[in-house]
Amino acid sequence: MNAIDNKWIGQRTIRPDGADKVTGRAGYSADNAMPGMIWAKILRSPHAHANIRGIDTAKAAALPGVKAVVTARDITEFPVDTPVMLGIQDMRWMSRNVMAREKALFHGHPVAAVAAISEEIAAEACRLIEVEYEVLPHVIEIEDAIRPDAPLLHDFLRHEGKPSNIASTMVNKLGDIEAGFASADVIIERSFKTRPVHQGYIEPQACTVSCTADGKVTIWSSSQGQFMVRAMTALLTGIPQSSIRAIPAEIGGGFGAKTVIYLEPIAVLLSRKSGRPVKMVMSRDEVFRATGPTSGSMSTVKIGAKKDGTIVAAQGTFHIQAGCLPGGPVRGPVGCSFAPYEIANVLSVGYDVVSNRSKVTAYRAPGAPLGAYATETVIDELAETLGIDPLELRLKNSAGKGTKAAYGAVFGDVTFKETIQAIRNHPHYAAPLDRAPAKGVRRGRGVASGFWYNAGGESSAQLNITEDGNVTVTTGHPDVGGSRASIANVAAELLGIDHSRVSVLIGDTSSIGFSNLTGGSRVTFASAMVVTQSAEKVITQLRERAAKIWKIEPEAVAWSDGEARPAGANAGQFPPLTLKELAAKANEMGGPIGAGVQLTTTGADPGFATHVVDVEVDEELGIIRVLRYTAAQDVGRALHPDYVEGQIQGGVVQGIGWALSEEYLYDKQGRLDNASFLDYRMPVCSDVPMIEPVVLELPNPKHPQGVRGAGEAPLVPPLAAISNAVYDALGKRFYSLPMSPPKVMEVLGG
Amino acid sequence: MSKLHVTTTINGEEVEFLCTPAQTVLDVLRNTLGLTGSKEGCGTGDCGACSITLDGRLVCSCLVLAPEIRGRKVGTIEGMAQGDRLHPLQQKFLEMAALQCGICTPGFLIAARSLLEQNPDPSETEVRYWLAGNLCRCTGYDKIVRAVLETAADMRGAA
Repeated sequence: MNAIDNKWIGQRTIRPDGADKVTGRAGYSADNAMPGMIWAKILRSPHAHANIRGIDTAKAAALPGVKAVVTARDITEFPVDTPVMLGIQDMRWMSRNVMAREKALFHGHPVAAVAAISEEIAAEACRLIEVEYEVLPHVIEIEDAIRPDAPLLHDFLRHEGKPSNIASTMVNKLGDIEAGFASADVIIERSFKTRPVHQGYIEPQACTVSCTADGKVTIWSSSQGQFMVRAMTALLTGIPQSSIRAIPAEIGGGFGAKTVIYLEPIAVLLSRKSGRPVKMVMSRDEVFRATGPTSGSMSTVKIGAKKDGTIVAAQGTFHIQAGCLPGGPVRGPVGCSFAPYEIANVLSVGYDVVSNRSKVTAYRAPGAPLGAYATETVIDELAETLGIDPLELRLKNSAGKGTKAAYGAVFGDVTFKETIQAIRNHPHYAAPLDRAPAKGVRRGRGVASGFWYNAGGESSAQLNITEDGNVTVTTGHPDVGGSRASIANVAAELLGIDHSRVSVLIGDTSSIGFSNLTGGSRVTFASAMVVTQSAEKVITQLRERAAKIWKIEPEAVAWSDGEARPAGANAGQFPPLTLKELAAKANEMGGPIGAGVQLTTTGADPGFATHVVDVEVDEELGIIRVLRYTAAQDVGRALHPDYVEGQIQGGVVQGIGWALSEEYLYDKQGRLDNASFLDYRMPVCSDVPMIEPVVLELPNPKHPQGVRGAGEAPLVPPLAAISNAVYDALGKRFYSLPMSPPKVMEVLGG
Repeated sequence: MSKLHVTTTINGEEVEFLCTPAQTVLDVLRNTLGLTGSKEGCGTGDCGACSITLDGRLVCSCLVLAPEIRGRKVGTIEGMAQGDRLHPLQQKFLEMAALQCGICTPGFLIAARSLLEQNPDPSETEVRYWLAGNLCRCTGYDKIVRAVLETAADMRGAA
């Protein structure tokens, strides 16, 4: 399909959920109330690491107004020696994250929860719970956690046969790494550190649940997957999935973090005990302290190349923070770091390291930005050493059709080269830059690239024709960034009707088939696929109805511009039948018109991005500002360009925060020191310039509209791109993030 | 604790409610009056998702105690449209896709309206600094700033 043929795909239509969101009517997680509802609060560990010897809830339970108390004893116990996987999550760890069992593993770890007739009484009751702790030595940083004498979080974890905080190791290998480096003319090896950053969604986790006397559960909460909410709640409470209806509230940002739950099973257990609907809302302090940021990291990357720039070997070692329980995004840096390049010899090793921090969760292209930060910085140094333009060096080594990646894939029609060329040919790359506009101010320009796998997976859709000849589409995917708008465009296009006649909804777990998480840049890819197939089925039905009315063969009926028309010379002469006319005759001519499709989608193709950025460093204040940013990405097909651009712009600004100002800071007692938006500094409007997206549309041949995915790749290049620009400005390199003012002053020797 | 009786004006209508001295305006709006358009992103005045106007002045409703609004005029997102006619900012946010998840949108709209009332012809820099008290994590602010600038231009043209 190309843009010229399309009436709705590629158009900037008004999103279906827009009016509710600009008027304050949209119902987010914390916006719901149920009749008779009570409130719950969580008691959290005041220690970073402690054995829990006993919990006495008697005084709390006796407080007037308290209706129920739960501890880990109420939650399903999963023994530590048997994995219970739900997607990539292991319920052994999820259970212990939701409520501390044997041990409190971080400051803020839930220990008990209380439901009462008001939030104040619930909070007071939490203070009356007596917990006997045996405080243990704690460990926060990776370098401390991997020392032989480090305090151990879990006695069941082993690394190379010995007790360890390294939970697992992942290795991607290609060719002969020794021989590769032996053949290199130039080898550059550097080490890097990054700190954890939070996804920073503006909507704290919240839920309202009701468990009735017959054991039926209703959950109202926002998440990146209502089916994930249902499955995890079922596993943690022992209630069958068929008894749980999870209703997806509008989601106020997730970025990967809402692919797991914290509150729902606790609220369900409190509701079951109390016989009342229960509402829980996290404070921002709790969100920072106890919901996953993404990992901090310690990486070493070594790249060897010939004089002509051919990269012959690449080696990466990535220590990735998991937080207090196993499961950091090791696959991100290990698999993505070298994937953009055709390199014959690769050794990429990742370690999942636990420490006394909240358990990490996914954040856009989980782990990939950490790896790209290291790799793309070393490539920048390599380009300088070899005297080759950094984009030319990338072009020379870029992966293409047939490239075998160390993570196992053999690429099809990948489009990395095109993103590099788009930046090389962009006016930004050639624009003059005043490198010293004033005393103490220096400017520089940097580039970097990035890769993300993208994903398919399970999706469901139902497309129905209403009796008055309009269309409803239901999918099973929470809409984090405009996916309903894209789906409305697809349905209108395929059915050949006006966009305003299509209504797109998100079904709850009892009204639509299983749909996997909104994440990994998969939802527009997968849901467009199931909606396309549903629409094709409906069009077949519509042609059959017209054929029946005209008494001709269905093959002799064509569907175009929202009408059935006789097709071909032998079909006969009939005036067209519109969707409205066919809908009006539906019942007499064979019944309701509609179709659903449930599918495990395949054919996702990787996403590539290349960015260029100009920065300005204030040498007196240590402040780095981004002056100009251009981001090229191949998305396959932009079903709704506004929301594709929005993904790129938003991802880039998150990257700016990661590079320059965001970090988790801990005190000596292992307590998070900056658990507020004041002290955890995300970019605000005045910190950033306009972000120019260059949206390339090179269709994915394995998708009906050519979609590849958009959401993850934009967060992969910014860390290195900005770091490379700062080097270009100062002639000095940073090897750790964030490049915050104190660190800038340190590097400048000020 | 005995509750206080407060009479105030919200979006042009007289409203009365009972509250404790410690309750915030945001809490009363959301949990007592059912006006959930104002959002709680932080509770400490750092994110702007709960922005309202108090006697025409832009404030974070999480930083104002409920008894303080006695006899004063409160403007919330629920009062921004006139019947089924959206405010030009609301319409422009829709047309220019100045929202993704939408949780910060009510706060941005209230803040932007307040800006345009004081400065009908703001520069990009003025828009960015005025809106610096409102956090958005989805959009990178680009389309929000453009929508505010375009609305300002439209409103000047219409005036």
